[in-house]
Amino acid sequence: MILAAVPQLIIQPEGRMSRHQQQTSFKATDSVVEVKSKFDAEYRRFAFKRNCPGGFQEFYSLLQTLHHIPEVDMLLGYADDHGDLLPINNDDNFHKAVSSANPLLRIIITKKEDEPVVFATNSLQRRKKGLGLTGLRTPASLSTHSKSKMGLFIGRPQNFRQISSIIDVDILPETHRRVRLHKHGTHKPLGFYIRDGASMRVTPYGVEKVPGVFISRLVRGGLAESTGLLGVNDEILEVNGIDVTGKSLDQVTDMMVANSHNLIVTVKPANQRNNVIHRGSKTTGNSGSFGSNGSTGSALSHDSTSPASHSTPITASNSIVEGDSDEEEDDDGDLILENDCLTLYQSPNNTNLTSERLHSSPVVRTLPQSVSVPVYMASKLRSGQNGYPGHSIQRSMREGGNILTL
Amino acid sequence: MKRFRRHGQDSQRDRLKQELFQFNKTVEHGFPHQPSALGYSPSLQLLAIGTRSGAIKLYGSPGVEFMGLHDENAAVTQVHFLPHQVELVTLLDDNSLHMWTLRAHTGLSELLEIGRFTLTGPPGAPPSVTRVTAVLAHSSGELLLLGTEGGHVFIVQVPGFRELEERNISLAEITNSVPDNCIVQRSLEHVEALEENPADPNHVAIGYGRGLIVIWDLQKRCAIQHFPATQQLESLCWTEDRGYILSSHSDGSYCRWLFGEEDGNEVEKSDIPYGHFPCKAISKIIQLPTKKGAPFLFFSGGMPRASFGDRHCITIIHNKTHVALDFTSRIIDFFVIKDGPLRTGDPSALVVLVEEELVVIDLKSEGWPVIQTPYLVPLHSSAITCSHHVSAIPLKLWERILAAGNLQKTNYSKKPWPITGGKNLAPDPPQRDLLLTGHEDGTVRLWNASGVCLYPMYKLSTAGVFHTDTDPNDNLHQGAEGDWPPFRKVGCFDPYSDDPRLGIQKIHLCKYSGCLAVAGTAGQILVLELNDEAAEHPVEAKVVDLLQGQEGFRWKGHTRLDVRDEPVRFEAGFQPFTVVQCQPPAVVTALCLHSEWKLVAYGTSHGFGLFDYQQKSNVFIKCTLNPSDQLAMEGPLSRVKSIKKSLRQSFRRIRHSRVSLRKHQVNNAAKLQEANARLEAELAEMELAPVQRKIEARSSDDSFTGLVRILYFADTFLSDSSHNTPSLWAGTNGGCVYVFILRLPSVEHRTDEPITAHPAKEIQLMHRAPIVGLVVLDGHGIPLPEPLEVAHDLARSPDMQGSHHLVVTSEEQFKVFTLPKVSAKMKLKLTAMDGSRVRRVAVAWFGSSQSEDYCESALVVLTNQGDLLVISLPGVKLQVRFPCIRKEDVSGIASCVFTKHGQGFYLISPSEFERFSLSSRFLVEPCCLVEVPLSSDASIQCMPKPDRFLSAYRETSQEVEDSDISARRVMEHALLNDENCWPSDQLVPATASAFRTTIFAL
Repeated sequence: MILAAVPQLIIQPEGRMSRHQQQTSFKATDSVVEVKSKFDAEYRRFAFKRNCPGGFQEFYSLLQTLHHIPEVDMLLGYADDHGDLLPINNDDNFHKAVSSANPLLRIIITKKEDEPVVFATNSLQRRKKGLGLTGLRTPASLSTHSKSKMGLFIGRPQNFRQISSIIDVDILPETHRRVRLHKHGTHKPLGFYIRDGASMRVTPYGVEKVPGVFISRLVRGGLAESTGLLGVNDEILEVNGIDVTGKSLDQVTDMMVANSHNLIVTVKPANQRNNVIHRGSKTTGNSGSFGSNGSTGSALSHDSTSPASHSTPITASNSIVEGDSDEEEDDDGDLILENDCLTLYQSPNNTNLTSERLHSSPVVRTLPQSVSVPVYMASKLRSGQNGYPGHSIQRSMREGGNILTL
Repeated sequence: MKRFRRHGQDSQRDRLKQELFQFNKTVEHGFPHQPSALGYSPSLQLLAIGTRSGAIKLYGSPGVEFMGLHDENAAVTQVHFLPHQVELVTLLDDNSLHMWTLRAHTGLSELLEIGRFTLTGPPGAPPSVTRVTAVLAHSSGELLLLGTEGGHVFIVQVPGFRELEERNISLAEITNSVPDNCIVQRSLEHVEALEENPADPNHVAIGYGRGLIVIWDLQKRCAIQHFPATQQLESLCWTEDRGYILSSHSDGSYCRWLFGEEDGNEVEKSDIPYGHFPCKAISKIIQLPTKKGAPFLFFSGGMPRASFGDRHCITIIHNKTHVALDFTSRIIDFFVIKDGPLRTGDPSALVVLVEEELVVIDLKSEGWPVIQTPYLVPLHSSAITCSHHVSAIPLKLWERILAAGNLQKTNYSKKPWPITGGKNLAPDPPQRDLLLTGHEDGTVRLWNASGVCLYPMYKLSTAGVFHTDTDPNDNLHQGAEGDWPPFRKVGCFDPYSDDPRLGIQKIHLCKYSGCLAVAGTAGQILVLELNDEAAEHPVEAKVVDLLQGQEGFRWKGHTRLDVRDEPVRFEAGFQPFTVVQCQPPAVVTALCLHSEWKLVAYGTSHGFGLFDYQQKSNVFIKCTLNPSDQLAMEGPLSRVKSIKKSLRQSFRRIRHSRVSLRKHQVNNAAKLQEANARLEAELAEMELAPVQRKIEARSSDDSFTGLVRILYFADTFLSDSSHNTPSLWAGTNGGCVYVFILRLPSVEHRTDEPITAHPAKEIQLMHRAPIVGLVVLDGHGIPLPEPLEVAHDLARSPDMQGSHHLVVTSEEQFKVFTLPKVSAKMKLKLTAMDGSRVRRVAVAWFGSSQSEDYCESALVVLTNQGDLLVISLPGVKLQVRFPCIRKEDVSGIASCVFTKHGQGFYLISPSEFERFSLSSRFLVEPCCLVEVPLSSDASIQCMPKPDRFLSAYRETSQEVEDSDISARRVMEHALLNDENCWPSDQLVPATASAFRTTIFAL
């Protein structure tokens, strides 16, 4: 019955989304995935071939059409073998979900809450690429009942994303730490204060006291505190690869604020006991280092207190993602609104969340997924733009002193 | 390979950079901040001013300027030129003496410090013994008499600063030679005055603080006469005609003593000019003879303490005329210039240095009018609130402004400037430049900024358009204050603003049409036109609501200015014809005038608008306000309140501490200790909490994101790349650029068809830094010309074939976007790289110093670190960086204004502009020559005079052999002749003076 929806799904590609489009073989295979999707109180049942499931986007739009909710942003989740509710938000975990169907795949659709305006400014590309990252390294096994049992609120999977990483461990001295803070256009404050101070340096003339810049305070709930990688009294040595010696406090402040979209600070931690021990092996490292701010290299993230975590495969995947990411994922995303009233160009979707500011254009709500929105990011034109999920982080977790950074 | 090639280009570029850019601080315009000493050389006809910051400035005829700075950061307390020489001596606050000279080098004179000296007393003597209180540069040009706090007079030979210990006049010698009854009762106190008898250089009058005046013969080394004045002495003066000595005293009296008769030590005449009631001291008195008989008497101070004690007055009495010149600020010093080629004739001008200005009174003309000063003009007569520079003014406009300005200068003296020393050798300025300064009292002053002298051309007042609190008849009342003392107000320094709302914030002048737009503190924008005739007409006012009826806004700031409805009379010059008033009346933060389209754009913290001054109608309004921005909505008053509050609190605290101090005095040490402990605890607390800076990305709801920082008109491609359209660009504090397409009717329908505007684009910079500059580059990468520039054949028309580019300068980055499709092309991140921010940016043209026809445009930038940068266009590459202003000097950085040719001005004090140049071709700096006066040669020829002193010295020091003396005289001749052709650039001043001293010590 609704099996007919499957070829439709493959034949009707939404733009340039799928890299599986060409595999439109319709061979008779016995393995068919049954799908039961639930949105609010409504159920839909359908099926498709297990070996050619297509991409996540097709699946997403298929569900939208089936549920007749074409303009609703939704979150997909599925129940796996163990009864856990796991997210579907990219090709990988979609395939995982398909493979885990036994034989029924239960999909739960929830409406996405109102997103901040920034979300609309994030391009589709960003979302797609970024999602690859979240899905793989999310051990987010959370089910509805486990949530209630633990009594701890754990954010929805799409809210997880990387907020910080330690980079360049292989090229930095062990006493130093290079930390990257990912702000991703969220409204979460970076949340730390810096001050002037004096630091001891060994010079050819002996130990000398030289002026330095230090972290003086971390804001509770701020990004810096939640990473656990920066601490009070850590000395700041570099900001995005630029040495801060000889610079005034105000200059360093301005440098950090100007780089706040992709802030990489090299610090000498006041607490030297939690340093990453550099073992000389480059198994987790990425030797290709380009750019002064050294954005590549091994990425040891997650947990500064338990060095064991960096031997997990999660780290490996993480380092790949880090390697892809360009150093220029910064403020280039200037928002440019074109309102070419002279050319009478009237795109059906020529608006966005900020369009109220232009009084002459009609206000039409639009799909953020639509590629044809005239709002585009200047950065989109640049290559090497790796992304992050276009979701805002609502909460990072702190559990028994361990910080989960995703 | 590519790298190699680029390297070659780099070295070529480096050479070009050296030809294009060069940094010089050239000249200081305006009035020195906090002057503390005045000196004058009648032979050189140079004026010297010392300041509290240790600077010494010399001025001669217009364009002749020298400036020197003492290494010590101490105030200059006295300046004395050595008579008939090119040297001058300065005394600093730290008791050090400095010798300066004007040395000719490659045809130009320069001011050089050639020696320094501190008086050393005998071992174990208190420092007051050598604390110099009075300096006399003896007319021989070889001796310096130094009176000290201890009452001694030390004699020093100059220019080598060699102490002649044997000739010192000690206190003991004085007390021995004066009858006891003058001394016994009390000590003599310090030496207050040292004056040389103009008739006989051997006689020196020594005035002591307690009043005793002793006439000392330098040759005979004895006191000739003494005058026992009973009042505290303030100053002494020998009269030239007869042997009188005038002394002025702290009780407001002056006495005349007859010199010459051995026993005549009685006062001949004593008078308290403003007497009866207690008077303030007469700090300086001068009497000068005239050929016709009646002498001129000048004295400063002496006013009745109770009624006029706060006045700063100089009284001139001549014949029956008696005037008390009432100055605007404290009198530092004054001198009188005499007529004639040798400056020995009748008094011709009185030069008065007061704290905020220099006033010159013409004593030859009826009514003693003021002579307009060609330099040292008080820029800050009302505080400067903004400035604007226009280069290359067309001659026609220049003459019209000059004519209008001359009509304003009717009450000045017609006499030429009396200080005429030195020769101005600077070439004539290549173009006519105008600097416009806006002031707190609503005036705009136009200055001729073409050359070294910043000369006032025209003053425009906008206050007449509005009803203000002040009574226009205020000035008339001042004359009717009473007949005695006969006050006359002089000077133009007037820092008191009638209404702070009148303050000028933005100025834009179109040099081709003579159209001027001026915007002020209360959201008023005036459009003015130059009219050669006086006219009387009403000024049309137009109120525009920038909020466009948005609800929930409450303006708590000042109210709108009240425009006069009745016709207002305007003198010839710039006459306003339209006023736009923004509602809410917030400060106008951006202004742009396009005289070709006859449009003026204005912006405040709430939004921006476009006004058509041809049709006198508003074209459109755009509100840029962020609804969450409470501060912008309420206006400045809330902050003012808090200042008031904090002031009140601090006063309370002071009062409280005073009370508690008094208690402490009664109530002894225990509490004092407690207070000390508390203070220490407070200090420790302060140390615990160091200066912190929050690291926070800028978010969209910061304050004042809607504040419009820049407005720009451009004729460029916005919709497609084949049709260019007029457009208006606006940049905000929140990093947003709004672009509006303007549709202008054809020229024949310009007056009746309305102008329309449509929003075309909006660019929100992701880093949200305030936008400080917008420039559109044409197809060749050259900035679009100014309006009417092409029409006047003064610029090439822009290239409309190639694609245009937009250069957006935010505080943090320079970014190039393509047009019409706005996409980022290039950028230079400034803040992210070195933490500095852009404070000022302008487009400038740089000509090569090597080849005449090479010229390129670039952005000149001033950062918050006080550095000047040059950024190339269109490549946005950093070319050069020069440190210019101290980064702590916030007002200096804020006041910077650039010219179109790579020069600039910034305020180094409230009253002084420093001029700098980044260009190696365009440079305005003083080039002048001061020649050694003829009379100095005469003094060398009539050697006997100084020689007599030397012989006097020899008499006292017997061990010097005769042969040595003659040898020394030969050496000395050689030295003095050498003076004129000194190889100045080779010799370090210190070695030069050392060389000299060794010769003297032979």
